[in-house]
Amino acid sequence: MSAMSAREQGFALCEVCGRLGKVAESERCLRCGARLHYRRPSSLERSWALLIAAYALYLPANLLPVMETQSLFGVQSDTIMSGVAFLWHSGSWVLALIVFSASIVVPLLKLLSLTVLLISVQRRRPGPRLPRARLYRLLELIGRWSMLDVYVVAILVALVQAQSLATMAPGPGVLAFAAVVVLSMLATMAFDPRLIWDRVQNEEIRRESN
Amino acid sequence: MTACHECDLLLRELTLPITAGAVSCPRCGAVLYRVSHDALERTLALTCAALVLLLVGNLFPIVGLNIQGHHVETTVLGAARQLWRDDMPLVALVLLATTVLMPLIELCALAWLLLPLRSGRRPPGFVIIFRALQLAHPWAMVEVFILGVLVSLVKLSHLADVLPGPAIWCFGALMLVLTVLSSLLDHRALWQAWEAAQE
Repeated sequence: MSAMSAREQGFALCEVCGRLGKVAESERCLRCGARLHYRRPSSLERSWALLIAAYALYLPANLLPVMETQSLFGVQSDTIMSGVAFLWHSGSWVLALIVFSASIVVPLLKLLSLTVLLISVQRRRPGPRLPRARLYRLLELIGRWSMLDVYVVAILVALVQAQSLATMAPGPGVLAFAAVVVLSMLATMAFDPRLIWDRVQNEEIRRESN
Repeated sequence: MTACHECDLLLRELTLPITAGAVSCPRCGAVLYRVSHDALERTLALTCAALVLLLVGNLFPIVGLNIQGHHVETTVLGAARQLWRDDMPLVALVLLATTVLMPLIELCALAWLLLPLRSGRRPPGFVIIFRALQLAHPWAMVEVFILGVLVSLVKLSHLADVLPGPAIWCFGALMLVLTVLSSLLDHRALWQAWEAAQE
């Protein structure tokens, strides 16, 4: 027995209320009135656009300073990486590792994995689907943790102000970094995971008819 | 009949187990829905608790600093205001949205939906409010914020005496409550309650 997708039977799951509706009967969900789609509209195009924008901002996010510290000893600029190095040298290895994974590994891994997913769906690459589906689920779960550094800068900047010996001000890198996180989250949301499985059914059907 | 929202596999609901717990898609493993006892009641209780924690957490300072006898402290709103003044209005908005606005929208929407449903009435504007809940959910990042506070505490401890403020405990508790809340909340149960309720 081959697995049937809802689309092949003319059914679409409502994205708002989760009711299964027959598209031939009504273009709108009979329960909540939302428009029914077999797949998210122009999912690949929107996902690619947001992903490319995130890639474009990835370099400035990591190269530009996220914070500028002004003290009696002069001005010091900190990038994401130098913030990690500071934590490492001051002996907070656990935190250094957490910040390193959240700010450097996760964003890069997320951009690369989404690229792999998009290409594998577009090129209709054969192969096991379950690891890809799991990868997508992981992306949805971990993307938010990259916002960590934005919060750190926000708190430091608010606390260390003119009345003390040093002043901390946010650098342009933090804007680029926040944008990378938001854009890559939007790109993941635009991607429709059902596309990963679509080809499987066509393959099975072809095999059965042969 | 139903279908998996992640792989579009067509499923007969009867073939899925009805015991308490999460029901997963047999092909891709995505959680389809959760079956639990009194889910709506417990969700409402947790929503109220989270609302109180969120309000208190925003009124009190999260961290304080002692630099040479000088005491500085900041709230979440204070941190956002400072970013705004430092010519980072977009970052200030992201901070405000992810730690205050989106959790607030999520919790208010839940309370709005659950209170009338409990007494068997349909809340006005159910579809729009439910949509708001759905859209706000991924952008509420209280747990990430807590970690950010911890990292900045460690970074500052080399400069000055750091004092964790009362709000940090509120946000910590809020993080736990929100985690339990999102593991309990089942969208299917909400719509079923809505269908059962009177117009």
